[in-house]
Amino acid sequence: MSNVPGDLRYTRSHEWVRTLPDGSVEIGITDHAQGALGDLVFVEVPEAGRQVSGGDAFAVVESVKAASDVYSPLGGEVIAGNDALAAQPELVNQDPYGQGWLVRLRPASAAEVEALLDAAQYSEHLASEG
Amino acid sequence: MHHREPVIFELSRPGRSAVSQQPPAAKAEVPVSLRRRSRPLLPEVSELQAVRHYTRLSQLNFSIDTNFYPLGSCTMKYNPKACNTYAMLPEFLTRHPLSPESTGQGFLACMFELQEMLKAVTGMKAVSLTPMAGAQGEFAGVAMIRAYHRARGDLARNEIIVPEAAHGTNPATATMCGMKVREIPCAADGDVDIDALRAVVGPNTAGIMLTNPSTLGVFERRIVEIKQIVDDAGGLLYYDGANLNAILGMVRPGDMGFDVIHMNLHKTFSTPHGGGGPGSGAVGVAERLMPYLPIPVVGHEDERYRWLDERDLPESIGRLSGFMGNAGVLLRAYVYMRILGHEGMRRVAEYSSLNANYLLARLKAAGFDAAYPERRASHEFILTMKRQARENGVNAMDFAKRLLDYGFHAPTTYFPLLVPECLLIEPTETESKEELDGFADAMASILEEAVTDPAKVKGAPYTTPVRRLDDVRAAKQLDLVWKPGAS
Amino acid sequence: MAYIPHTEEDVRAMLEAIGAPDIEALFDEIPAGLKIASLPGVPPALSEMEVGRLMFRRAAQDGRPLNFIGAGAYEHHIPAPVWAITTRGEIYSAYTPYQAEASQGTLQAIYEYQTMMASLTGMEVSNASLYDGASGLAEACLMAVRANRRSKASRILVPRTVNPTYRRCAEAIAGTQGLVFEDLPYDPATGCTVMDALQPFEGQDITAVVLQQPNFFGQLEDVDAVADWARAQGALLIAVVNPTSLAVLKPPGEWGERGADIACGEGQPLGVPLSSGGPYFGFLTTRMEHVRQMPGRIVGRTLDLDGRSGFTLTLQAREQHIRRGKATSNICTNQGLLMTAATIYMALLGPQGLERVATACMARSAELVDALSAQDGVSRAFDGPRFHEAVLVLDRPVQPVLAALAAEGIVGGYDLGREYPELGHALLVCATETRTREDIDLYAAALGRTLRRAAA
Repeated sequence: MSNVPGDLRYTRSHEWVRTLPDGSVEIGITDHAQGALGDLVFVEVPEAGRQVSGGDAFAVVESVKAASDVYSPLGGEVIAGNDALAAQPELVNQDPYGQGWLVRLRPASAAEVEALLDAAQYSEHLASEG
Repeated sequence: MHHREPVIFELSRPGRSAVSQQPPAAKAEVPVSLRRRSRPLLPEVSELQAVRHYTRLSQLNFSIDTNFYPLGSCTMKYNPKACNTYAMLPEFLTRHPLSPESTGQGFLACMFELQEMLKAVTGMKAVSLTPMAGAQGEFAGVAMIRAYHRARGDLARNEIIVPEAAHGTNPATATMCGMKVREIPCAADGDVDIDALRAVVGPNTAGIMLTNPSTLGVFERRIVEIKQIVDDAGGLLYYDGANLNAILGMVRPGDMGFDVIHMNLHKTFSTPHGGGGPGSGAVGVAERLMPYLPIPVVGHEDERYRWLDERDLPESIGRLSGFMGNAGVLLRAYVYMRILGHEGMRRVAEYSSLNANYLLARLKAAGFDAAYPERRASHEFILTMKRQARENGVNAMDFAKRLLDYGFHAPTTYFPLLVPECLLIEPTETESKEELDGFADAMASILEEAVTDPAKVKGAPYTTPVRRLDDVRAAKQLDLVWKPGAS
Repeated sequence: MAYIPHTEEDVRAMLEAIGAPDIEALFDEIPAGLKIASLPGVPPALSEMEVGRLMFRRAAQDGRPLNFIGAGAYEHHIPAPVWAITTRGEIYSAYTPYQAEASQGTLQAIYEYQTMMASLTGMEVSNASLYDGASGLAEACLMAVRANRRSKASRILVPRTVNPTYRRCAEAIAGTQGLVFEDLPYDPATGCTVMDALQPFEGQDITAVVLQQPNFFGQLEDVDAVADWARAQGALLIAVVNPTSLAVLKPPGEWGERGADIACGEGQPLGVPLSSGGPYFGFLTTRMEHVRQMPGRIVGRTLDLDGRSGFTLTLQAREQHIRRGKATSNICTNQGLLMTAATIYMALLGPQGLERVATACMARSAELVDALSAQDGVSRAFDGPRFHEAVLVLDRPVQPVLAALAAEGIVGGYDLGREYPELGHALLVCATETRTREDIDLYAAALGRTLRRAAA
């Protein structure tokens, strides 16, 4: 059973979104995703300033057995990628919702965040995929 | 306990060399600004040291010559020594590819006849021998399909349909040709999902890439219908010949309606795998793709053989290699086909299928789960370890590693991706019943170990030169070249 | 039945276990209309003895003329141990080392090869081989497009002094992904790329510049100037190099201020016979910063469960079998056997041996050029330093001269007329360490006779 924190939003492609007090969002991959990938060996994050649309592939997480694209849940501008992951990609495995965050983004619209899955809907999605 | 063979640089001593291999020192002036100043890191060893080192390394390998090697989709059949001997006759070996054709009529005769025999077994109208591996053959095939549509002004056709069970080279190739990949699922019985196919074809369809028998180890029973659907939508059919062994001499892809096929000569036609190549991915085409064949192709007119190039095939997709492909590999395939003859081709399909179906029966009887138990095996079949993974915590990789201790190379693992915990097993026709029985017995033994002593299986292998290797460390702490001071 | 071990008893027992009446029944899933009754177009089986006679006859028909062609494939002495070991069954009939524990021999050989190749080219990392030099250039260009994030263009500058077949191959393989290749002219006096030709591209978005050293004419280019220009433009530099020459020439990693970004080329000179055009192998090396963009297999060293050192394929997530549609390349099978031969070759030659081969090539080719251009009607096309090839210009069409030489058992060179008509009746000739003084004199005398005969 993977961990699905109740206070976050989610996508069907296993990204999570946390809204920060200043209106920006933090994005990462879920506990389910990191477990499926296995130990990460490399993470590629976008540069600050990059403009993305919802659904754009904007990061790559690579394990020994897979290299997966991470899709931006929202449109907006990248504020920062998590540079700590260059030296310690395992942070994504160890703490996917905390220190393993991938990207901080300034969303183009708050409405897009609301349209994402909530914890219950994501858990249901996981159960149906299983 | 295995003595670790040092990395060859550890054997180096300054000034040591294989003196008889060197020409005498000569004076040659390179301008100072272009001159090499640093010495390259090459070994400084005696001839015997080099011979001993690489001989010992070879002894660390499993190979067809030493072990049963049932790698699904790889067709690890015996590589006849005759093919090597005759391909390496000094006149073939020393011939420069750009020599005048007058000095190559013997070689070109072999190449021409190989083209003709490959046309015959595939039922295609023309063959090019130039692609240097299956993946290059695939590239040629998709590039020809693209060229065909562009020549007709049909520029919207940029989608290639690929079953989700396809070999990774298929979608990778489509992307390399600037195409978009549309994946379609397989039905529960292993055949392509026809309804999904119908939903996805349309005016953007350039073509479909199919393997038949498929990567699931079963014959695509509705191939005629698939052909009709794609045809009606204006798309072309590409045949991935990786599994040609199963139907050689019995069914011709041309008769199934394919427009282009690539063959893996290093699978079906037994050229050596060499630790990772060289292969050869010859392509065959139907009439409408003939103008686009990759060059050069061997032609025969007025009793002479010659290369057909840009002047003869102005609409060709072009050259894929510096010369004409893997000539030495092609000679080996030629010798193999001459030894088999037309009687021998069909035997390949018959006995590879007999061996696969027999092994499947023995393994099912031993308690293994076949992925498609109601289907006939083609020349290969899939077992799934899903149940063992759930009940005993022992997965397909663990089985594969434990087989090494029994002296068998593991089957293909985790391909196709869509069958969980799978082993894809292809015995080939050159293996005896005793070898298959030995393998089935080993598998049965490991199955029992999985129940009574799962930790033992999970810790395998024990008897190989190294135990299981840390892949994560290999990817995170990249050590890709030896450095002085390393142990 | 060739290579099939089954006895009738075996077949009976197997069919019984399967529960099928005969072998034919195993194919009952195949639509009847697709099965063929016979196989026209394939001759009857031959025994090994009969095939042997056929092949001996065909080989004898071709014979062994004296070779003076280079043009991308070079005749070198191959030490006897190279193929004696490479054709051992454990190497020859082994597969791709996916099961690392069963393939430590192959994997360690690749690791050693990677080390040698990286060092020879002055780079930091190498892959385990590509198909050949020509397709290797295509892969290098695609890699440059991936690696050069700054560039949006996919534009590659290619001097006309780069092997023209390599250029055509790169267009065939990489053109489908939108790469655009642009020509750079050469100086007719030196046969080298002119720096002035780069000027029109200054300030434009160029993804990469290709430079071949020695170039297709055998001449030595001003690698530092081109490398520095590329860097100043934000373009990557792709070096196409001859591995034998690297024993004496500055390697790509040391070109200009910061070195080339990618080095590639044809590995055939390292222990692989000419064999009528293949199989050869392409090498590709680069700096660590680009390692994830590098196509092909890579072997890394790691530890096993007992802490013992071992080798395994690594960074496989870039490759087709995992990344599928987003892979760096579709390459799967490469040229492992040839890479093994090259590794053994380099181990036997060592740094001193390779240097001696290189200098002997330079000395012999200088003698060849002197001897041939001493004949009336033959002149050198270009001034300036060379490696082991040169362009000669004849006073008459090249083809009939080559045909006359072939009739005397001499393969005289490569006719440049189709690809470089502006050079006139131009012939590319080569002499490696395998050509003796006697060979050269034989050629010069035959050439002289041929030219005088026609004139008379």
